[in-house]
Order: sequence, then structure tokens, then C-alpha cells
Amino acid sequence: MQAAKLGAETSPREREGAAQEAAPVISIREVSKVFGQGVAAFTALDRVQIDIGQNEFFTLLGPSGCGKTTLLRLIAGFDYPTMGEIRLFGQDIARQPPFKRPINTVFQNYALFPHMTVGQNVGFGLEMLGRPKAEIAGRVDEMLRLVRMEALKDRRTSEISGGQQQRVALARALAPQPKVLLLDEPLSALDYKLRKEMQIELKRLQHETGITFIFVTHDQEEALTMSDRIAVMSGGRVLQIGSAHDIYERPTERFVANFIGETNFLEGQVQGGGSVALDAGSVVPALPPEGFAPSGRVTVVIRPEHARLVPSGTAGSLAGTVSNAVYFGTDTHYHVTLGDGSEFMVRQQNSRASASHEIGAPVGVAIDEGAARMLRD
Amino acid sequence: MAATDTPPPAPSLPSFEAEAQTRAARRNRLLTLPALLIIGIFGVLPLLIILVYSFLEAGPYGGVVWNFSTEAYVNFLFQADIFSDKLTFAPAYLLIYLRSFLFAVATTLVCLILGFPTAYFMATRPPRQRNLWVLLITIPFWSNLLVRTLAIMFIIRDEGLINSILMGMGVIDHPITMLYTNFAVLLGLLYAFLPFMVLPLYASLEKLDFRLVEAAYDLYATRWRVLWRVIVPASLPGIVAGCLLVFIPTLGAYVTPLILGGGTHLMIGDLIAQQFGSGRNWPLGSSQALILMAVVLIALFVYVRNTTGRTPHG
Ligand SMILES: Nc1ncnc2c1ncn2[C@@H]1O[C@H](COP(=O)(O)OP(=O)(O)OP(=O)(O)O)[C@@H](O)[C@H]1O
Ligand SMILES: [Mg+2]
Repeated sequence: MQAAKLGAETSPREREGAAQEAAPVISIREVSKVFGQGVAAFTALDRVQIDIGQNEFFTLLGPSGCGKTTLLRLIAGFDYPTMGEIRLFGQDIARQPPFKRPINTVFQNYALFPHMTVGQNVGFGLEMLGRPKAEIAGRVDEMLRLVRMEALKDRRTSEISGGQQQRVALARALAPQPKVLLLDEPLSALDYKLRKEMQIELKRLQHETGITFIFVTHDQEEALTMSDRIAVMSGGRVLQIGSAHDIYERPTERFVANFIGETNFLEGQVQGGGSVALDAGSVVPALPPEGFAPSGRVTVVIRPEHARLVPSGTAGSLAGTVSNAVYFGTDTHYHVTLGDGSEFMVRQQNSRASASHEIGAPVGVAIDEGAARMLRD
Repeated sequence: MAATDTPPPAPSLPSFEAEAQTRAARRNRLLTLPALLIIGIFGVLPLLIILVYSFLEAGPYGGVVWNFSTEAYVNFLFQADIFSDKLTFAPAYLLIYLRSFLFAVATTLVCLILGFPTAYFMATRPPRQRNLWVLLITIPFWSNLLVRTLAIMFIIRDEGLINSILMGMGVIDHPITMLYTNFAVLLGLLYAFLPFMVLPLYASLEKLDFRLVEAAYDLYATRWRVLWRVIVPASLPGIVAGCLLVFIPTLGAYVTPLILGGGTHLMIGDLIAQQFGSGRNWPLGSSQALILMAVVLIALFVYVRNTTGRTPHG
């Protein structure tokens, strides 16, 4: 019902954009941000290039200090890029003040107005847009219903819990029907259970409103479960953009592979026909990242669940000895020291059929077909 | 508090609690005794003396004659005709009160208008710079108000700094008269009381969460609206405190109007001082001091009621 209502109010330009499919809502072109000057200059964002489509749940993922908040602030308009363009439906908005951008933000600490009630907070944006009182009242009720907060409309914001404040902040940002919603680690202040609940809630809201979400987090699990696409950032640069599956299964850089999930890195020599002769003593087929022509020495990445322990000496397997085994209930993590001295982890599901391996026992590590990928490095 | 929800406990427990509480209360009262004594002796007692004096007759060479009289209050508004003893309305004192009131309101408003941006500027500096700015604001307090007021006099008088410079540059050929005008008094009051506005404003602006400002910008509020809808409401306690701290002492200001007004632009403080000095009418001075107090109390009451009533849930 919400989605239908919102859909009816989209501008002609937007419908056109949806029809063209490829036309991005937000397009970040070669954006750099430098704080300070001279010797104190610090590049917080380095030629960032991102296109985000209609109704996409897009996540910026990266460690603390990598520039996620800085990028979000540039999109919101709280700060201006040193270089580059930020396009909204093809129009550069990089120099527009925040109040002229149809973009709203859910702040990390909610930033609810303490001198207003829940209802007044939610209606603030519409009030500033000069909408009629009746429309505001209707829309506030609708938004509060959407986030299941109707009962607390007349409460002060200091008189509600953290999770409730979170919902009010969401309702407040959604009420003016922005084209893009920015969320800066909106769940990080919540406890585990509430965070899980709100993750589902957020996905529901995004689905129902049809608004493009740009979500910031440094929690990889949160990013993987919620996003349509993820941009992994480090040191002000975007390293890789792709779906959760892409990022996890086909990382293109060591940092990305390392940051998301657990990973094995093996060194080797590129051979013709898309295979790598590993130093650990076997030749595995491995695909390079798109647009990257590898030669000489490369690093190959293999996820722990894409390898199996086989009897020592099995053809095509890497020979090694078990150095450690950690039991996790559903699975066991085996650490294997390979021939070249490198460590390799194998995650093996525990079933009655799976054999357990003693520490110090010689084993073979068989790598699944197509599981090895070369890194750009 | 929780005791009201639970079934009545054994009777011995509350009585024991009550006893402990009365003992604690007695101890607390003992601790406040020194402060109460000082307020009593130097605050309430003089006030009582003034109250009594205001209902006595004036002695010929100052002091009081112990005869009950309401003359001091009557003389505030009326003048007795020397021959017929008939009372006629004489607004001279009332006008001085009115002038003082206007001066106080004007000073408060201008202080607020000048002080707010100053305090905002200070509060938006990096944290380590802020204390330096606070220190700079308090520099005037390091020297005596009288000295500072005399300095203003030297700057704005006909042969003073401003006029000499302007005449030296040939901008004007007659000095602009600034000293002994309303302007001079207002300038002096502004100068003397501006820090009392800036400091409380700064204190509440410093606590302002600037993410709220960003949130308001984000929700389509223009700069002007951000000021009125977010910054001003959030700094209201500072505005209230600053206005009180400027308005009340300005209303009773003595040194500034005396020196910069040149005895022709009197304010209430000067009027009261005059009654105890050259006027030799202690009862009149006493009554005027009490009337001033009543005016301040009423103004305060109205002001606090309005300002706290305007904020929701205040
Ligand atoms: N106003 C500023 N002046 C100078 N440096 C800044 C400023 N704002 C951010 N930085 C720097 O830019 C870098 C990126 O900061 P940013 O807040 O974007 O990180 P983040 O990815 O959001 O990190 P976190 O996960 O901790 O929130 C940091 O090194 C930070 O110190
Ligand atoms: Mg951040």
C-alpha cells in the first residue's frame, strides 16, 4: 500500500529513469575529499566512483576511518567534495546546500530534536517544505504506523527507548519522501537482538517505500545479509563494488578478501590457460579479476569452505600436516601447514561421515573446482 | 516511592526509616546554618531597615525622624503644593523609572543581538580554543568598572580619541557630541554588561549538539529556520539567564549613567544614591529602592512565565 502510494507520486523523470533501467539515481564521479592544507593535508576520499540505481539497497562497507561517513556527508550536502561530481538523476548537486537536496539522513545517534515530540520530529521535514497542516498530520500518522510507533506520537524523544528513537529517526527521514535515504551505521548503538530485528525492519521499509537506501556499516555480516550491492572501501578508495555473493566469492583484492570472511592466500606462478602453479606444490585453475591480465607471480584466494581434507597423497591435492583443529559445533576448522610453509584453513562440516584428523597427521588438501581466484593485489 | 506499590510492611520499619530521615534532615539544616546566617544578617536585615526607614520622616540633615509617615511613597508620584498642601501629580521620578526601564530593555536586547553571534562563534571553535575565548571575554573584569567607564569617557568626549581621529582625517570639522547623551549611557551599559550575556549563552550553546543543526538542514530547514527552530529553543536556558543577568543590574546601574550621563541622564540607581547624599531624604531613597525591587520582581515574574511557557512541555 505504501509502495503504491509513493509510486504514484514519482516524477516523470524518475519513471523515465526506471524505464531505462540503467540510469542511476545517484552517480558519484571521481569524487575526492581532502581535509586540511599543505603538509597537514589528508585525503579522506580518493577518486571515488559509484553508481547507485533505483530502489537499490547499497552498502558502504569498510574499516573505521576509511571515509564512509565522509562520503555520506558529501552526498547529504554537509560538506563539499574537493573534486568531482555528485549527480542526482544526472544533475550535479555537489555544491547544493542540504536543504535543497531531496535526500534525507538517518544519523548514527539519531539526532532527534529534544524539544519536540515524536510526532513533531516526524513532521519537521514536511513542515519545512511548507506542506499544508492536514497533509503533514496524515503523513506523520502514516509514517508512525509504518515504523509501528503510532502509540508514542505525543511522547518526548527523551522518553522513549533507543530502539524506538531509531524508528522515529527512520520515520522522520522517510516522511518527506526523499529520493535517496542515507543511513550512517544506524544500528550500531543497538544491542544484538534489536539490531537483528531492525535489519529485517529496514529491508521491509526499503521494499515498501521503493526509496534508494545508502547504508553505512563496518559490520560485514550486516552488509552481506542486507545489501543488493556493496562497495568495500579502504583508505578513502573504493576497492570493489558488487553483490554480496560477488564480494564474498570473487574478491578482487587482498584487502577485500581479508576484510570479509575468512580466507586462504596462496602464492604461485601464472601459467597459460588460466591456471596457477602454487608454491605449495600443485597446479590449480584460477580466474583473474575482470579486466586484469596477470603475469608472473600472483596471489590466489580460496575460501576455507571450498577445500576438503583428503587422504595424504591423493592426486592433485596439496600435501601438508594438520597443525590445529578447532571444533565449532556444526563444523571444525582445520589448520594445515603446507609444503611451502604457508598456513591453510579448511572448514569441514561435522557429520557422522566426516573423518576427524589428528594434529600432526599428514593430509592432502583438495581444492574445489573453480574455487580459486587470482587477486589483483 | 516504591513503598506505595508494595503491601504495607511491618510497622517498625517505616518508623525507623522516618527517624533516620529526620536525623538526616536535622544534620542538613545544621550545615546550611552559616549561609542562612549571612543571608539573614546582610540580606534580610538591611531590607527590613530600609522598609522601616521608608515609612519614617526625613531628618533635616539626613537620617530619619521616628515618626510614621507614608510621605516617601506619596512623593514618588505626587508633589505637595507649598501653600495649599494640595497634591499634584509629579511624574519626575516615574519618568526616571521609565527611562531606566527602557535603558535596561534596550541594553538587554542589544546585548542579546550582539552576544548571540559571539557566543555561537565561541561555541563552534575547536574545543581547545574555546577556553581561550572565554578568558578573552572575561578580560574586562580584570579592571574596575569605574576605571573602564572613565576610559569610555576619554574615548567619546569632544576632545576624545574618536573625534580627534575623525577631525584629523578631515571627515568632520566639529566634534560629534557623544558624551553626556543617551547614546553614551547605552554604550557604557552595553560595554559593562555584554559579558554577562555572552557567558550564559556560550554555556548553553556549547552543550548544543550540532548534529541537530545538520539534521534540520537535512530536513529542508533553511539557515534562518535552523536558527529559530533548533538553535534558539536549545539555547533558551542561556537566553533566559543572560537576559536576567543583564536586565536586573542594568536597571539599578549607578556608575555608568552617573559618569557618562553627566548627571542629566539619571537612572534609578543615581536617583536613590542622590536621596542618601545631597537629597538628604533617606525615607525617599528607601522607598525608591523598595519600588525598584518590586519592579524587578514583577518583571522577572512576567518574563520567566512567558519564556518558559513558550517552550513545549516547559
Ligand atoms: N573534518 C575533518 N577534518 C579532518 N579530517 C577528517 C575530518 N572528517 C574526517 N576526517 C578524517 O577522514 C577519515 C575518514 O573519516 P570518516 O569519518 O569518513 O571515517 P568512517 O569510515 O566513517 O569511520 P567510522 O567507521 O569510524 O565512522 C578519518 O581518518 C578522519 O580522521
Ligand atoms: Mg563514520
